Amino acid sequence: MTTSPMPAGAVDYTTKIPNNVNLADDQRVLKALEQWHPGYIDWWMTMGPEGFQTSDVYLRTAISIDPKGWAKFDYVKMPEYRWGILLAPQDDTRQVNFGAHKGEKAWQEVPGEYRANLRRLIVVQGDTEPASVEQQRHLGKTAPSLYDMRNLFQINVEEGRHLWAMVYLLQKYFGKDGREEAEGLLQRRSGDDDKPRMLGAFNETTPDWLSLFMFTFFTDRDGKMQLESLAQSGFDPMSRTCRFMLTEEAHHMFVGETGVGRVIERTCEAMKAAGIDDPHDINRVRALGVIDLPTIQKKANLHFSLSLDLFGSEVSTNAANFYNGGLKGRYMETKIDDDHALTSATYPVLKFIDGQIRMVEEPALTALNMRLRDDYVKDCQGGVNRWNKVMEKAGIKFALTLPSVAFHRHVGEFKGVHATPDGKVLTETQWAQMRDQWIPSLDDGAFIESLMVPCWERGKYANWIAAPKVGIDNKGGDFEYVKIHRA
Amino acid sequence: MAAPIAAKKRIDFQTEPSRYRHWKLKPDGATAELIMDIDENAGLFDGYQLKLNSYDLGVDIELADAVQRLRFEYPQVKVVVMKSGKDKVFCAGANIRMLAGSAHSHKVNFCKFTNETRNGIEDSSENSGQKFLCAVRGTAAGGGYELALACDEIILADDGNSSVSLPEIPLLAVLPGTGGLTRITDKCKVRRDLCDAFCTTEEGVKGKRAVDWRLVDRVATNSKFDAEVAAMVAKLAASVKKPEVSKGIALTPLARDIGADAITYSSVGVAIDRVGRRATITVRGPEAAPPDDAAAMHALGDQFWPLRVARELDDAILELRLNELEMGTLVFKSEGDAGRVLAFDAFLGALSNDWLALEIRNYWKRVLKRIDVTSRSLVATIEPGSCFAGTLAEIVFACDRSFMFQGTRKGDNRGVASLMLSAQNFGVYPMSNGLTRLATRFLGEPESVGAAQKMVGKTLDAGTCEDLGLVTTAFDEIDWDDEVRIFLEERKSFSADGLTGMEANLRFPGPETMETKIFGRLTAWQNWIFQRPNAVGADGALKRYGTGVKADFNPERV
Repeated sequence: MTTSPMPAGAVDYTTKIPNNVNLADDQRVLKALEQWHPGYIDWWMTMGPEGFQTSDVYLRTAISIDPKGWAKFDYVKMPEYRWGILLAPQDDTRQVNFGAHKGEKAWQEVPGEYRANLRRLIVVQGDTEPASVEQQRHLGKTAPSLYDMRNLFQINVEEGRHLWAMVYLLQKYFGKDGREEAEGLLQRRSGDDDKPRMLGAFNETTPDWLSLFMFTFFTDRDGKMQLESLAQSGFDPMSRTCRFMLTEEAHHMFVGETGVGRVIERTCEAMKAAGIDDPHDINRVRALGVIDLPTIQKKANLHFSLSLDLFGSEVSTNAANFYNGGLKGRYMETKIDDDHALTSATYPVLKFIDGQIRMVEEPALTALNMRLRDDYVKDCQGGVNRWNKVMEKAGIKFALTLPSVAFHRHVGEFKGVHATPDGKVLTETQWAQMRDQWIPSLDDGAFIESLMVPCWERGKYANWIAAPKVGIDNKGGDFEYVKIHRA
Repeated sequence: MAAPIAAKKRIDFQTEPSRYRHWKLKPDGATAELIMDIDENAGLFDGYQLKLNSYDLGVDIELADAVQRLRFEYPQVKVVVMKSGKDKVFCAGANIRMLAGSAHSHKVNFCKFTNETRNGIEDSSENSGQKFLCAVRGTAAGGGYELALACDEIILADDGNSSVSLPEIPLLAVLPGTGGLTRITDKCKVRRDLCDAFCTTEEGVKGKRAVDWRLVDRVATNSKFDAEVAAMVAKLAASVKKPEVSKGIALTPLARDIGADAITYSSVGVAIDRVGRRATITVRGPEAAPPDDAAAMHALGDQFWPLRVARELDDAILELRLNELEMGTLVFKSEGDAGRVLAFDAFLGALSNDWLALEIRNYWKRVLKRIDVTSRSLVATIEPGSCFAGTLAEIVFACDRSFMFQGTRKGDNRGVASLMLSAQNFGVYPMSNGLTRLATRFLGEPESVGAAQKMVGKTLDAGTCEDLGLVTTAFDEIDWDDEVRIFLEERKSFSADGLTGMEANLRFPGPETMETKIFGRLTAWQNWIFQRPNAVGADGALKRYGTGVKADFNPERV
């Protein structure tokens, strides 16, 4: 069959699945994706946003991969969203930029010896995408505004598209096993005891909107770091896929950062209005119907520590193998000035030795998870600093901090160690006594939940959260981001 | 790089549940749980951590002890459930950094002992009415899956993550050498092409496919897992036909004194001659006649002579294997009243329905097998005052050579050296090839087995034994000292490796069984690979494992 050549970057909407990878000429993959499609829609209808499948949502849809003007906004019913396959443009001169194959031409096909490892990387990444949709599916009901509801749904459809992106790689490059894994991605369920999602943080619940904002700030940022390092891959189709996914991911973190920022802003504003200066006067603050700052700190502690677990063991043979094989690089790999082989370099790793937390030099190749986590912590700190500016500006004496990486960990060096947020080692008993000071207690959860009442009036916001500075797509204050039409 | 792990540190094979660092043994009526929860910081040597429930020899010593105690201390147990005490991982197999840092001799001894332990589990199932169910949640990789394979049944969690795998080839360029290859082909009877696919897939196989390929018996989702395990336990327990037993006997610490050149037990002595590079193991016969009845035997417990000697001999062999690598020849001697040894054989033989009598004979079978696969030159000297009779005569038949003193020594009033046979020499103690030592010895002349059988209970002098082919040579007083000395000196002069290979080839004629394959074929290949640069060279897979740098292989096929 023949198709007319399309301009570079343009998205073909003639097939059932919008794409810029010339699916029309790739009947094998097109067929595989079309067979997978009904299962996906079925998953979306049963596990996607609950109660809003018939609503018209003002969503952006990717129409091009041109960084300027890649998306268009319009009302869409979510099940009709055009989930497509979009890869950043191919650069024929691109090379493998690190590891043992550095300097070779980037691979357009999967090298046999790395097939299993690449598949595993893609499956683990792919598994997180539908997981977060599942975790967030009940939140529409308690949205604090139509603006926030729309943002939630935008994130959800894009996580769905990210699943498509990973499924495309599996089906195009990994044969029968790839098709089975693509099915598996639709079978597992977040928090299900029998078919859990692969990573711990993706089986936790997202019970309220503050959790959602923390999740998108902290956990989606892990996703960003993983995508950044996969975007460095010598396997070019994966690199191109991840690069485009990062364009979308930026919005998810924007929702997280501004979401938490708006909660803080509203709390400060309410405290000022009531003449409360002491942020620790929790009962009085809560009586105002806003979330007290110490509880926000606890939420940050929880989500930060759960997200750190996603980086895996600090010292990891797998990470070393992935890097040396040219499969997964470092954050900003090509901007780093070193040999990009790391066979003789070392990297400082925080370890738990003889009851103490100590810095130890480890071979840099095996310490790549630690390095990526360090980059992640820096990235998080930037956002935390901006939150602190909000309080500073309001004149409230309180600052949020990131807890020690030894705090509340379930994976890696500090698993099984009890430590304070500032990194002092505790006994089990001390931890049990202090835990509720640092991690949200049941009471804290119940209080936040009590605030979660829907606010669906155009231009209105729930009492516990401030309005955003600007609207989406430059829309005005009372724009109807979601036309609910509840069935 | 640290000094290679070898026998620099004395390894002790004696332990007990209160001292376990890695296992928990929880008997409860007719079932027991054996929980693997490895303390990563309690490795036998420095230089590695036992992460992800990976094991070293220290872990396996505890497992062997637990399996042994289940037989003797908890005979009421019918089903043992083996499981992990850790989330998300059953067992990651032998610790790779330990292997990479080990001297070749330690690797071989480690693999041999772990093989013996796994064979012991299968022996418990077959002969002691203790079935093993392996409940795998999380990853069972390499040696972890091999451990599962030693159990009667395997149930695997169907949670999308739990898997079984033998990743040795893709990951480490070595073999699944603790029976893995043999058990998937010969025990599970997995199709050979599927075996090939399985053994070259690092991530292994999970879920329904693991059942379809016969790699596990059953899969169950997390919510149904415990119920399935309980159902399998009930079914296995119902399949066990053995007399009901209410309680076992205690295996108390061995009376043992370890000196610089000697190990002294109550009835076994080891004397080390470092110049001659040999160790003499002397087994002393019973001090008294057998007890009156089974009840008296139970009352004696682990002090009952046949059990006491078996435990001491077992420990002595392991001590020599791991802690005295250069003692290339083991000389077996005995002292005592041969008639009494036969009386004990008869006593045990008559108690065919007593669990303890059965366990003791089974234990002797395993100790003798341990001697069979000990890679040292084994020689027995049968001298005046010795008591190689019945069960103890099996030691003679396990040896590569046996010398018997003919006539008497001047001034020695102990009479002539003799050897005696009992019914025990004709079926109770099969070798790994499934045959008795005498049947193996007389593979080309089965009538000689019949001739020997006619001599049961008789006192056989050197001439008769030589005629019957029960010993290699008989020497009289004139030749004895010189001939024995020359044999030992000659043996010392040969290449240790050459002897190990030759002896292992000559000891096991006759049919192949799963056990002979595991010890012979598989260990031979593994030990070859363990010497080759593709595995252990500076750029080999074992040395480079964990660094992230890929091994550099010599592609030449040999």
